[in-house]
Amino acid sequence: MIISVASGKGGTGKTTVSTNMALAIDRDVNFLDCDVEEPNAHLFLNPEIEKSELVDTPVPKVNLELCNQCRKCMDICRFNAITVVGEKVLVFSELCHSCGGCMLVCPEGAITEIGRELGTIEYGKTDHITFTHGKMRIGEAMSPPLIKEVRKSVNPEDLTIIDAPPGTSCPVIAAINGVDFVLMVTEPTPFGLHDLKLAVEAVKLLGIPSGLVINRSDLGTRDVYDYAQEQNIPVLLEIPFDRKIAETYSRGKTIVEAMPEWTDKFQKLFYDIEQIVES
Amino acid sequence: MRELVILSGKGGTGKTSLTAAFASLAQNNVICDADVDAADLHLLAQPEVKATTDFMGGGIAEIVTDSCIECGTCREVCRFDAIDESFTVNPISCEGCGVCVDMCPEGAINFPPQKCGEWFISDSRFGPMVHARLGIAEENSGKLVSLIRKEARELAEQKGHDLLITDGPPGIGCPVIASISGATALVIVVEPTVSGIHDMLRVAELAKHFQIPGMVLVNKFDLNQELTASIEQEAAKLNMKVLGRVPFDTIFVKSMVKGVNIFEYEEDSPTLQAVRGIWEKIVNAPVLNNMGVVDLKATIQ
Repeated sequence: MIISVASGKGGTGKTTVSTNMALAIDRDVNFLDCDVEEPNAHLFLNPEIEKSELVDTPVPKVNLELCNQCRKCMDICRFNAITVVGEKVLVFSELCHSCGGCMLVCPEGAITEIGRELGTIEYGKTDHITFTHGKMRIGEAMSPPLIKEVRKSVNPEDLTIIDAPPGTSCPVIAAINGVDFVLMVTEPTPFGLHDLKLAVEAVKLLGIPSGLVINRSDLGTRDVYDYAQEQNIPVLLEIPFDRKIAETYSRGKTIVEAMPEWTDKFQKLFYDIEQIVES
Repeated sequence: MRELVILSGKGGTGKTSLTAAFASLAQNNVICDADVDAADLHLLAQPEVKATTDFMGGGIAEIVTDSCIECGTCREVCRFDAIDESFTVNPISCEGCGVCVDMCPEGAINFPPQKCGEWFISDSRFGPMVHARLGIAEENSGKLVSLIRKEARELAEQKGHDLLITDGPPGIGCPVIASISGATALVIVVEPTVSGIHDMLRVAELAKHFQIPGMVLVNKFDLNQELTASIEQEAAKLNMKVLGRVPFDTIFVKSMVKGVNIFEYEEDSPTLQAVRGIWEKIVNAPVLNNMGVVDLKATIQ
């Protein structure tokens, strides 16, 4: 079973919920931090990193000696990543989506591929958690290819928990596409509600069952609860605002470590999800 | 034209609430919401939309069943596994590269451009506003961000305004890169948590990569004073101006519930004074005043 923890709005508590749930349950877990732009889960799980891998994506390299400036590469590229200027061919590798079209159409075989570094994937372990995260290279624009790479690292026998990036566009889709359950984390504020509605639309588009965690549940209004009821989205956990929780988080400690009475609640959260997925 | 972009790396640190607060203190400014993925500034600015324009993205492949001979070429050339065995394109997986369109021997694949969202020019209590709504699960957020920033700059020039305040998206990827290129300076809003500092350092590195000066303010500073001090030290090491500290205050949620900014919610408080002091430092920062002239008019409210 794969559970993605997502939210439209950033900073609602995705990492808090995903790390605490992973720690609370008593079985082996693959934990994937797919927020590759700003990965934070390692700060709370402190895995021992055993392996680190550079990940790249293919981009074209042109052999000018073979090129006859036919411009077919430029014509097929929808991303303006390759252009022919006089006798030269310019490749803007940061715009390239690695579709391979230019290499395919080049009648002279003048195009081969080299790698553009996307970032690093690190693999580690802590207790019952097998940990993987991606760290996007600073300056790299595209996160979905790296997210897809991180997602390949799972033992399918075990439960997988994914910490997804915020938003509703392509990086989020890459982190929730094909999972069994999306656990959405929101706060009961106007921003929280507005962005939750977008996240719900995305989840519906993909047809994935979902549930809700309401964080800082006493700071705001009842509107999020009303919306959840209207949409038939079960509220699986509420976490009230508590300075102690906020301070615990600020130091990189998890709730279940600092306040063990929460372990049962995060366990129950997981069992509730399991029941929904199995039914 | 000067453009200030509010960023954070980590989400939920207070970018939008502070953008609205700054915008209400600023004069002669245009505001732009560059978080097109989960735009929230309009919930505080309550803009009156004057013009709506469709945002057209690239194409998505569509196989015409009647012309398709099921030769399998499209499935072979597609690197995104977007075409299934029954020769149907999954629009979520389709990258829009069009390679299958060009390679299909029967010309059986259409490539209609997609409406990926909408963008708006509006009037608001905090000045003219340019904002957008990217469609759910859409790509091209960077392109939309570049487009609305360009429109916002043009609008400011038209109206004779010399300051653009842009609310940026979280992260460091394509929409963030699109929202900072060519900006005058960044204000990075950091919360004093291990994630906040980790993410700030990545945004700071991105700013350095694109050679844009950054300034740092710590929001909710009283949640962890020790980390607040380390953030300020790190910022100073990176040559980023330290702007000040804002306390954790429920006024941000309360004013959000009312759809106003913090200065409209109450008259005076330590939080308001802190934000006002930070704004004075921003407008008078050398990076925004390259002639070294202190902007008295903007300072005095």
